[in-house]
Amino acid sequence: MADLTTTFLGIKSPNPFWLASAPPTDKAYNVNRAFEAGWGGVVWKTLGEDPPIVNVNGPRYGAIHSNDRRVIGFNNIELITDRPLATNLAEIRQIKRDWPDRALIVSVMLPMNEQSWAKYVPMIEDTGADGLELNFGCPHGMSERGMGSAVGQVPEYIQQAAAWCKKYARVPVIVKLTPNITNILPAAKAAMDGGADAVSLINTLNSIMRVDYDALTIYPATDGKGSHGGYCGPAVKPIALHMVAEIARHRETASLPISGIGGITDWRDAVDFLALGATTVQVCTAAMVYGFKIIDDLVDGLNTYLDSKGFANVSQLVRKAVPSVTDWQYLNLNHVDKAWIDQDLCIKCGRCYIACEDTSHQAITASMNGTRHFEVIDAECVGCNLCVSVCPVEKCITMRPMTAGVDPRTGRAITREKADWTTHPNNPGRRAT
Amino acid sequence: MSNDKPAHDVRPARLTDEQIAANFADMHPPLTPSEAIIDADRCYFCYDAPCTTACPTGIDIPGFIQKIRSGNLKGSAHTILSENIMGGMCARVCPTEVLCEEACVRNTHEDRPVRIGLLQRYATDAVFRDGTQLFKRAPDTGRTVAIVGGGPAGLSCAHRLAMLGHHAIVHEPKDKLGGLNEYGIAAYKTPDDFAAREVEYILGIGGIELRAGTALGKHISLQELREQYDAVFLGFGLAGVNGLGLEHEQLEGVANAVDYIAELRQAPDKSKLPVGRRVVVIGGGMTAIDIAVQSRALGADEVTMVYRRGQEQMAASRYEQEFAQTRGVTVRYWAKPRKFVVDGARVRGVEFESTRTPGESWSLEADVVFKAIGQKVAWERLASTGEIVELRDGRIAVDPDRKTSLAGVWAGGDCVYGGEDLTVSAVQDGKLAALSIDHYLKGKGLKAGA
Repeated sequence: MADLTTTFLGIKSPNPFWLASAPPTDKAYNVNRAFEAGWGGVVWKTLGEDPPIVNVNGPRYGAIHSNDRRVIGFNNIELITDRPLATNLAEIRQIKRDWPDRALIVSVMLPMNEQSWAKYVPMIEDTGADGLELNFGCPHGMSERGMGSAVGQVPEYIQQAAAWCKKYARVPVIVKLTPNITNILPAAKAAMDGGADAVSLINTLNSIMRVDYDALTIYPATDGKGSHGGYCGPAVKPIALHMVAEIARHRETASLPISGIGGITDWRDAVDFLALGATTVQVCTAAMVYGFKIIDDLVDGLNTYLDSKGFANVSQLVRKAVPSVTDWQYLNLNHVDKAWIDQDLCIKCGRCYIACEDTSHQAITASMNGTRHFEVIDAECVGCNLCVSVCPVEKCITMRPMTAGVDPRTGRAITREKADWTTHPNNPGRRAT
Repeated sequence: MSNDKPAHDVRPARLTDEQIAANFADMHPPLTPSEAIIDADRCYFCYDAPCTTACPTGIDIPGFIQKIRSGNLKGSAHTILSENIMGGMCARVCPTEVLCEEACVRNTHEDRPVRIGLLQRYATDAVFRDGTQLFKRAPDTGRTVAIVGGGPAGLSCAHRLAMLGHHAIVHEPKDKLGGLNEYGIAAYKTPDDFAAREVEYILGIGGIELRAGTALGKHISLQELREQYDAVFLGFGLAGVNGLGLEHEQLEGVANAVDYIAELRQAPDKSKLPVGRRVVVIGGGMTAIDIAVQSRALGADEVTMVYRRGQEQMAASRYEQEFAQTRGVTVRYWAKPRKFVVDGARVRGVEFESTRTPGESWSLEADVVFKAIGQKVAWERLASTGEIVELRDGRIAVDPDRKTSLAGVWAGGDCVYGGEDLTVSAVQDGKLAALSIDHYLKGKGLKAGA
């Protein structure tokens, strides 16, 4: 069995799975249940100034479902904790005492003035919490009051607030980033420059779920009106992975430890985040949909996977895929893939055919000698992976690289020599070779 | 034969009313909304879908299922009914296991097809429930077409003609329209008077007139129809029943399965129907299955179906055979009746001989013997019809447009050669004939003043 123990900024947890700052970590009752279930750590739901904020008394959540009602995307308009600060602090203190081996981070959101940080940071630290996570990400409600993503969208504010926090904190400080920006790097760099020890990402995305088809109002709505909320769940994972990988692969930010967040539901999602640069991962939506029990598969699945790859611990997996992420301009234009359909697995649904025929390169047959038969026409196939993506049978269609001979589509000989856009004759800004 | 049993035991009310009601409840209860959405989600939306190719009426099955998935039930029903106006009944009675569902690619993937029949029922039930009329008549063409027979073929033809703006006059000897849907299909396949509700829906489009109690050959001749109407569609059924050619076949204790099935369907109270304690059914088609299962449902202790060939050759699908077996019917293959065992004026059993092992024979005691070895057109009751229309193997020869050898006369359903004796095929015949008739009538030009 691989060792799942994780050390992040010196904070130890028995496994890399933390519950993200969100409703599941709002109070001792839930956190106790989570730790009993086996979660490695929690980020306590965001604390703010006293008196606490208030929440609406109507729907806080909305979902996009698959037809069998699996939650694919999820959104919320819940604000930070609406419980008195003293209550939260007392519970945090007790939880840390009861669960000394688990990571306990406290999420914080404060206004853009130094006095607030000076006042609240020491109070929170006094609970014995292992670290602080600065919520510069919530895109709804608090952002209207100049906090949350209103901070996270302006690198100068991130740097300033991080610096204030660091000035008064002794424990490690993680900055939680918002994805509601065009480029994650300036935000990550600003956190670094402000002295933050790590970043966590992503927070939720601005979103409206849908309209009510009868009332023709936004849905969900409170008394006929609704507000955009933060979008999360499996649907946002690719966005999160991109941002994590960007921070991990760029020289200026590569040394910044990352806690990955966004749509993690099973252990494979965790592998994605870890291999692309995260050291720990945080989960919220999956727990809110299925309960804390999902930790069993997360831990067990990751363990089995690490064993199968011969990794002794989680850190051997971290960053493993980062070198494979590059810019488009460096992709090898001499490499040629062709799709290949395994006729033994093909169920003859024809989805590959119609997808290619209607929307791509007319590179798949619909019949052969008068019978229903789907086969790739190499002379037309550009290797785009659309057929692989739409095929309902896993591994029925695969991409196979050409290693020799001539590409029947272009008539060009296959070469092992690499050539990319930077030197391509069609590139007006090409480098001389 | 043993003498310590009563001479014969045929009586009603072998079971309680509750048992009978349960036995005749919907064979396949409708899907709940959740089941429908989940099953619809299993459809892969195939290109040039094999299920559609396998459907005799060519319903765009992935298309209607996609509309269930999106919550567009009205659109889904329209997709179904525009190809098959009896899509509601076909959803209940089609042998989907040898048609659309057999072709479903999910069979290759996981040996479990999308439940197309039940989904079709889900979509069409929604429309029949609130009676939404999905079809409109085109402007009146002033043309009138005679339809002979108010069964699936005739009603399908009449409906399509009405859609195209023509008038259809349906000549039907019985009181009720619907043909075998009303008189022939097992009661547990179409409870709650669905056949009648479907007929009502079809007539709802307008332009279709019923001449009940009008029999071809008795009240009107084909020649008269050709003179009085712009075109004629023959859609009568198989009123003649094949006989075994054995002595004592006419005695009490031997009955035609189709007659009893019709009686069963029309019976307001099934507990009043007499049923034998030991029932023997001779035949291997759907009629044989239906009478065997329904005899059990009414309380027969022993029901044995005897078929002259093997399981593979049976016209009833494997699924239907297994269904009968789970309902307690014994199926015996490779035997044919040699003679009836007679006690006075009544048949008390059947002696069978093996069709595989010469000389081997055995017998079954029976309170009732049902003959279900096929039906034929009763030409003798149709005056000269069978002499002026070209026949093939006793049925009407038609071309791919369902045209007969006679100008201005089309035919479809069970009375034509080459059909599959299925409701769905009859509906397709009627639809194709109507399209061809429309083409023919438009070629003649619209009637003056129309």
